[in-house]
Amino acid sequence: MQRTDRERKQEQTGVSRISQAFERAQKLRSAALMPYFTLGYPTMESSVEIISAVAEESDLLELGVPFSDPLADGPTIQRSTQQALDNGTTVAGCLQMVAQLRRRGIDTPILLMGYYNPVMAYGEEAYVRDAAAAGADGFIIPDLPLEEAAEMEALADNYGLALVYFLAPTSPEARIAAVARHAKGFIYLVSLTGVTGARAALHADLGDFISRVRRQTTVPLAVGFGISTPEQAAAVGQLADGVIVGSAVINAADAAEDKPAAARQFVKSLQEGLNRR
Amino acid sequence: MQEKLPTQPDAQGKFGPYGGQFVPETLMPALEELLTAYQEARADAEFMGEFHRLLKDYVGRPSALTHAKRLSEQLGGAQIYLKREDLNHSGAHKINNALGQALLAKRMGKKRIVAETGAGQHGVGSATACALLGLECIVYMGTVDIARQQPNVYRMKLLGAEVRPVSSGSKTLKDAINEAIRDWVTNVDSTHYLLGSVLGPHPYPMMVRDFQSVIGAEAREQMLAACGRLPDSIIACVGGGSNAMGIFHAFRDDHEVDFIGVEAGGEGIESGKHAARFADLNISRLGVLQGTKSFVMQTADGQIMETHSISAGLDYPSVGPEHAWMRDQERAGYTYATDAEALAAFQRLSETEGIIPALESAHAVAEAIKLAPTMRPDQILLVNLSGRGDKDLDTVINQLAL
Repeated sequence: MQRTDRERKQEQTGVSRISQAFERAQKLRSAALMPYFTLGYPTMESSVEIISAVAEESDLLELGVPFSDPLADGPTIQRSTQQALDNGTTVAGCLQMVAQLRRRGIDTPILLMGYYNPVMAYGEEAYVRDAAAAGADGFIIPDLPLEEAAEMEALADNYGLALVYFLAPTSPEARIAAVARHAKGFIYLVSLTGVTGARAALHADLGDFISRVRRQTTVPLAVGFGISTPEQAAAVGQLADGVIVGSAVINAADAAEDKPAAARQFVKSLQEGLNRR
Repeated sequence: MQEKLPTQPDAQGKFGPYGGQFVPETLMPALEELLTAYQEARADAEFMGEFHRLLKDYVGRPSALTHAKRLSEQLGGAQIYLKREDLNHSGAHKINNALGQALLAKRMGKKRIVAETGAGQHGVGSATACALLGLECIVYMGTVDIARQQPNVYRMKLLGAEVRPVSSGSKTLKDAINEAIRDWVTNVDSTHYLLGSVLGPHPYPMMVRDFQSVIGAEAREQMLAACGRLPDSIIACVGGGSNAMGIFHAFRDDHEVDFIGVEAGGEGIESGKHAARFADLNISRLGVLQGTKSFVMQTADGQIMETHSISAGLDYPSVGPEHAWMRDQERAGYTYATDAEALAAFQRLSETEGIIPALESAHAVAEAIKLAPTMRPDQILLVNLSGRGDKDLDTVINQLAL
């Protein structure tokens, strides 16, 4: 059935929900906070509790769909995804957890972070369709660079969801331009050459890298990898539109008895860091 | 009329639907740089001259072609010829590719090499090439493989390489590759990843094949010189598949020559404990692992399965993309040998020919033992004896209760 332009505009898509989250954050301060947590970790039940608590302090959520061979991830996320798999977490189970979060009334935009092989096994189209139905807003697939992503991008477009692309400090101008042409929602900037995980210091060239990308696009730029403290989040928040923190959230939950409270408290401290700017 | 198979992947690095570049963005520029450097080097007579000089003066190529006369007579069928990659310096075909890539790394100004190893042959090959060319060498190796291939661990250390144990996942080759890629992504400016098989993202499957294609080029000439004709079939074991692709490549337009790849049948296909990607299509499906699209042994949910083989070098859940494509094109056929068959072949070749093969290569010998009696004495089987078995003595001694 044909929809009028007016109807189409009123419809919320995953892409528009992601964009609005960045706009809201920008109005309040300037960087949106996007914590990462692994679905199915540390147990299937507590995972949803922790994510629900974290969502209270988050502008967007990046939720990990576990894979046995996460080659872009460091030890913390590797350990969490392996535990999630040992707990019996499946792709379908992850989508059910997303639906459960939505039923609880959590309306924070959700990006599903997962490697390509489980997506292929589930079926690309079925994955996008079921993720949309569950209430996800976009996808982050670390081993699917632009050159291999045409099919997933078309499917995500069909459902109004964002396929988020990465750029790295190693990306030359031509790749930045190509990614900028395809970008929806935001671009995920990898802060350093390396895998995910907490680092003592931020990369010295991060500002230059962000400026190089900024010159080529108006899409929000979110920076992740290696950001683990409120001070680092604040420093990155000065430069970028979004700050992604993963391993440090998992470490915070691991260290406490009351994991939802501890994870939420840690994410709150990151927000306070961003607000101090 | 049969069509020639194109010898290069397409612009996206694909062999039909297989291959490609499924890696994190950080590595995409490094792959582009590698492809450009490799294409320039391949067209540079000086570079290729240096490569071939080292293959001759250092590796000891050409490797011999040996008529396995007693084994052939015993089997009473086809004549079995062995391409003796086991005679190469450092004990296997792996040195061909290791030297090629180490030379390329040096040309690119990369002073640090990371490599993965399963059986340890590629680790030893890499450590050898790095010692020769003055490069730093770090080899990732699963702790399960470290335990079963101790002699090669000592060799690598003696050659000045650092062996980093990997205790994640199945603690074998697959996990060693994950760690090597994580190292590469972290140190991409200074480091070349010396991948040891026809696996991983483009251009590795093409480049590794090219460096290994010297095996087939020599064998083709040697067969013509020895027998005045080409073999009826060529048999090679297939883990990632570099020795197989290396010997097949020069014969790809000789359509009278059949290609047979032999995977690791482990404890049998029904047991589920194997690494026969093409034999068990219920659990082996099109997937993406470690940068390339190919057949991948996986659960219904897309998690990579643990594999089993008595030979560490064949113990891997995916297979080179060009193999998958040659299979689709029916240019190559694939079968498997079980652990028990490989052990029997190991022992039989040792006793009948005085040649102790690597357990990997023993899988190819096992297939020759099955096939030869079904053929006429004027027919020829060419077996790629990809490596020697010194490294496997502990495993074999335990299994055979010697």
